[in-house]
Amino acid sequence: MKGNEAIAEAAIRCGVDGYFGYPITPQSEVMETLMDNKPWETTGMVVLQAESEIASINMLYGGAGCGKKVMTSSSSPGISLMQEGLTYLAGAELPCLVVNVVRGGPGLGTIQPAQSDYFQAVKGGGHGDYKLIVLAPASVQEMSDFVELAFDLAFKYRNPAMILSDGMIGQMMEKVEMKPFKPRWTNEEIAEMHPWATTGKPASRERNIITSVELDPNAFERFNLKLQAKYKTIQENEVRCEMINCDDAEYLFVAYGSSARICQKAVDLLRAKGIKAGLLRPITLFPFPTKQIQSLAGNLKGILSVELSMGQMVEDVRLAVGQSVPVEHFGRVGGVIHSPEEVVEALEKKIIGG
Amino acid sequence: MNEEIIIAGFGGQGVLSMGKILAYSGVMQGMEVSWMPSYGPEMRGGTANVTVILSDKRISSPILKMYDTAIILNQQSMDKFEKFVKPGGLLLYDGNGITRHPERKDIEIYRVDAAEEAAKMQSSKTFNMIVLGAYLKLRPLVEMENVMNGLKKSIPDRHHHLLPLNKAAIERGGEIVKEVSGV
Repeated sequence: MKGNEAIAEAAIRCGVDGYFGYPITPQSEVMETLMDNKPWETTGMVVLQAESEIASINMLYGGAGCGKKVMTSSSSPGISLMQEGLTYLAGAELPCLVVNVVRGGPGLGTIQPAQSDYFQAVKGGGHGDYKLIVLAPASVQEMSDFVELAFDLAFKYRNPAMILSDGMIGQMMEKVEMKPFKPRWTNEEIAEMHPWATTGKPASRERNIITSVELDPNAFERFNLKLQAKYKTIQENEVRCEMINCDDAEYLFVAYGSSARICQKAVDLLRAKGIKAGLLRPITLFPFPTKQIQSLAGNLKGILSVELSMGQMVEDVRLAVGQSVPVEHFGRVGGVIHSPEEVVEALEKKIIGG
Repeated sequence: MNEEIIIAGFGGQGVLSMGKILAYSGVMQGMEVSWMPSYGPEMRGGTANVTVILSDKRISSPILKMYDTAIILNQQSMDKFEKFVKPGGLLLYDGNGITRHPERKDIEIYRVDAAEEAAKMQSSKTFNMIVLGAYLKLRPLVEMENVMNGLKKSIPDRHHHLLPLNKAAIERGGEIVKEVSGV
């Protein structure tokens, strides 16, 4: 199954209520697969091709406000169009899932894979002090598994979640074990589990208001502080990462998604040469595995941040370890994908030789 | 076992679907597999390639620089991928349209005239299955039963009446493949 198909299949199985999207390469298979499966005939899930990305994200705003599990998927230029909606969703504290199957930018760019939307995903993208929960799958299996995980986290913290994938993971096929079907929530379940949702006002409570506007500066400062406290809780509790050959590593790759797969092979190639290399793969990009990287730093001679970008995540790696270990960046861009051999050479040149 | 394969040719030759069938066959055999296409504006007439990895271990990078096997179906792909076969590896090609034949001495080179044979079988669509049959003869990594199950899985039900023809094509590929030069 392709990564994009796995997203669609997982969405149906985990009881998503609505998908609103607009086609763009390299993720068009998400909506194609949904349309093929016709889940509106089985689970009752709505699948709708909106007139634009801007319409899609605002349909999410409406659906999420009702406490429904709603999602969209797009690729870089489409995700840029959604930024206003995303900051509104974050400001209104609404859970939803946005999948970004990243392609090379800037601009309309290329349809080939890239990881150059890291800043946009992790540091904001829209205006205001907000964060998305960002998951980075490195396999088709994780494309499938992270749909449910993203919704769990999104609802737990009432916050939009993003799956930050790329054209490589979206287009490749691997074996996948799908989870069993879960029914969609009933309206009663939603009203009980999510008392904030606009499910119709009973006599027993005040109106629920979903909004991101607050004109009283003092009240809005308090709201902002509350948001920050939430992000701190997420940072403390939800970091996920995978460590491969890190125990005795002298040289560390930090890489997520497709680059992590390439680095895994690079680790094997380096180990075969007798060089003690390891890989730390962030699975959550926000929250970033800062402490986990710090815990390894003492034994390291150098870190190479490998990303299909000109160097974005490398800033967070540097923030984690400060001046204690040399940190360099390597990455091909514009849709070109680095080979494991190139990554090995980069480590040898920039870290071991440098 | 870890077999890293590139299949490259024209779009429309069935490059991607051949890779898909091989990958599905691997799944049926209980292997770990990955299938990574060069996706993009390729369509009939353009170039297309796919990297397939069959392994008994978890697969690391689905993108590679060097391959154990290159299956090459046009001249552009020959020019591009001959040099990326690992020493001691395998290069299998269809001679149709090839003007510069492979020259390396440190790899096994085999040729299967699948386009010609497909014409004889009066079904140009069996082309890629003839090539697959040739490959499986040289690298019998998956059993015929699993190949057929993989094939069933990767083509729509409405085409299942073509399974016997495809099986015949795979078998024919195994018969007509010939060695050009060894290591």
